[in-house]
Amino acid sequence: MEMPAPDQFTLSRKAEIVARLRAALPADVVIDDPAETRAYECDALSAYRCPPLAVVLPYSTEEVATALKICNEMNVPVVPRGAGTSLAGGALPTADSVIIGVARMNEVLECDYKNRVIRVQTGRTNLSVTGAVEADDFFYAPDPSSQLACAIAGNIAMNSGGAHCLKYGVTSNNLMGVKLVTMQGDILDIGGSHLDADGLDLLGVICGSEGQLGIVTEATLRILHKPEGALPVLMGFDRNEVAGACVSDIIRAGVLPVAIEFMDRPCIRATEAFAGAGYPDCEALLIVEVEGSDLEIEEQLDKILDIAKTHNPVELRRASDAAEAGRIWLGRKSAFGAMGQINDYMCLDGTIPVSQLPYVLRRISELSAEFGLDVGNVFHAGDGNMHPLILYNANKEGDLEKCEAFGAEILKLCVEVGGCLTGEHGVGIEKRDLMSVQFSALDLEAQMQIKDVFDPKWLLNAAKVFPLDATQSRRDGCPR
Amino acid sequence: MSQTFKFKDEQDLAGFVQERVDPVFITGGQTRGVDLKHDRVDMTGLSGVVDYEPGALTMVAKAGTTLQHIEEVLKAEGQQLAFEPTILNTALGTSGASTIGGVLATNASGPRRIQAGAARDFLLGVRYVDGHGNVIKNGGRVMKNVTGYDIVKLMAGSWGTLGLLSEVSFKVLPMPTAQATLVISGINADVAVDVMSASLNTAFDVTGVAYDIAAQCAYVRLEGFEQSVKYRTKSLIDTLTVDREIAVLENDDSAAAWSSIRMLSAISNQRGDLWKISVRPTDGPQIVQKLGLISGIMDWSGGLIWAKMDAGKTARDILGDIEGHAINLSAKTGLKFSNTNPALAHLQGALREKFDPKGIFNPGLMG
Repeated sequence: MEMPAPDQFTLSRKAEIVARLRAALPADVVIDDPAETRAYECDALSAYRCPPLAVVLPYSTEEVATALKICNEMNVPVVPRGAGTSLAGGALPTADSVIIGVARMNEVLECDYKNRVIRVQTGRTNLSVTGAVEADDFFYAPDPSSQLACAIAGNIAMNSGGAHCLKYGVTSNNLMGVKLVTMQGDILDIGGSHLDADGLDLLGVICGSEGQLGIVTEATLRILHKPEGALPVLMGFDRNEVAGACVSDIIRAGVLPVAIEFMDRPCIRATEAFAGAGYPDCEALLIVEVEGSDLEIEEQLDKILDIAKTHNPVELRRASDAAEAGRIWLGRKSAFGAMGQINDYMCLDGTIPVSQLPYVLRRISELSAEFGLDVGNVFHAGDGNMHPLILYNANKEGDLEKCEAFGAEILKLCVEVGGCLTGEHGVGIEKRDLMSVQFSALDLEAQMQIKDVFDPKWLLNAAKVFPLDATQSRRDGCPR
Repeated sequence: MSQTFKFKDEQDLAGFVQERVDPVFITGGQTRGVDLKHDRVDMTGLSGVVDYEPGALTMVAKAGTTLQHIEEVLKAEGQQLAFEPTILNTALGTSGASTIGGVLATNASGPRRIQAGAARDFLLGVRYVDGHGNVIKNGGRVMKNVTGYDIVKLMAGSWGTLGLLSEVSFKVLPMPTAQATLVISGINADVAVDVMSASLNTAFDVTGVAYDIAAQCAYVRLEGFEQSVKYRTKSLIDTLTVDREIAVLENDDSAAAWSSIRMLSAISNQRGDLWKISVRPTDGPQIVQKLGLISGIMDWSGGLIWAKMDAGKTARDILGDIEGHAINLSAKTGLKFSNTNPALAHLQGALREKFDPKGIFNPGLMG
């Protein structure tokens, strides 16, 4: 993955840039010691690393604004950072960039049950938003699997999803307002505790813009009352097609499960060897979870099991209590760890129309043979979001490149069948150069012109999202 | 004399925009009563369901397809548009049939918006003709998609000012097989907001909470499978601590009550301008009081106020420091948004200029 060459003039001004930031901000906010900035050289896409010029860790929105204003005036590229858990390289710095991280801003500012909203600083982790309200039986719905570590800032930048999106939606559907600091250092309040936009839906386009339009320091989030309970059912099938048809039939029957998870045989075997969850050795496994009172769960699971039985399952296991539910989820939750035990892996994130599942799985296994790399599939089957895990050996010369080429083929396949490159991880640097597979030059231009409005100098996270050749003239246009 | 242009083909529409130098007024079903004095582009020529996968909960349709047709096709599969599009014909005194493009371009969400989300939350993908006359696509037809910027959300609620929607894809949901509505009468707006908030703040998955100001009556809706609705109706009644009788409307009666709320029947025959005010629900009662409203609907737990006001009067001034916004939907020639913040107004204006550099799409709207 190529990154633009750092600007030599900016590098040569490091002392001056740091001095200006220091003069305007508290002493411990600006970090430029290479021993300390090294910690910010990558995110969770750790195959790519580059220490930044400096790191700024503000305590307040005003300090974020001050730092951005200085960088804008001095034409210094800025890379916003939440918790650094991006799998797409969204927080990867360049050598000539200043990282502005919101990690120190993690307070709950307002908790308003009557209007069902919570207002937080965006350095707060996803899980601790729920943590702030769960004693009162409320929760924040989007649940990316990194939720223990990932920050709301990054969730907003990438429009993160999770396993329960089928019922509750993704970040964008649960975000009601933001405090956005623009590259020019203006502080804007967009949206709030009321519903829907006054004028154009700026909130909608800011969410998922991967830190390219501004830095979000505060967020108003929708919170919901917890359901009375939830229970899963596990089903095994001897063909992927049949599992796919079963998912479709469940949805057509009017049942809306809170999650439908799918695992294929390579993944089931790896997981079983690692966690011993007692999964059947079959071609495809579904975990379907429903919510409600005991009676409601019973009503829904009866319907689901009746449908499943028409597809000749090799296994049907219905959880009757929390312990059994835990055993059913154990394997799925250990899947990534299990694959990691076997080898290094790259996790993809394409989405496909659910009806294309059997075809896509068959093509992936053909490609796996072609490239000589194993792949396991975990899949949010209700919404079509796939997570193929390609196994490779990072210490073996050329394996990463081969793995990336295989990954690119899978993502092209997702687009070909009517899906997209990324369902919840974001484009970052990882899928940047594949964007032209999904979008025409005009489609990309329409998106880039939005950044022109918010960040005319293209200083904010500019080497991400769009193919480098498509953004070059804009990035080079910035006077140094 | 103004002309009307109508196209059956996206490419022809694009060719028209490429050549066009004068402003156009973009129309769908003309249910909103807006009447800009320009030549018209009638979008109803682009019509028809392109793709529907009930098992994937997604549909793709040309933007000029009527809402009625979409809802019929969905109903045949036991599915629906969960955001429950608003129907304003009677309240605005218009005829015509809403188009799916019009519904999404105006982000017209009804009572279930409080639980299920707005029209913009269900819109998954768009094709549109921009101000250069280029056909642009964004989003797609899958439910989870974070590939590139979300222009889809920007198009929802843009009232045609950023481009001409030619095709839309959207998420649909199962239509519940049973419903019930709790009716609590003889309570004022303050108590109503308490009751509605208390109802939403339970595990019982309430899908509608509205208050009729003149009737002094709050409605709380539950939907789902039959046994489940019965269980939750009883549980919710047991939970609510309200000093009034609670009546229960079941199935058809419940549906009729919500149809009337959705169409604003309580105020549709009144004279005056139709205002839509969005605030946080707990601020709803003070808006009602400040405006001196004796009738109107408070939907979305009190956060959405629909009211008729004498022509020439504005609901905007009373907002003051209260967070939210107000719009006069009867302003035929110049639907104005609040945009009190100059920095936001500047961003919106700059975006509009990028999407429509010739300034020809619905000038006058969203000023």
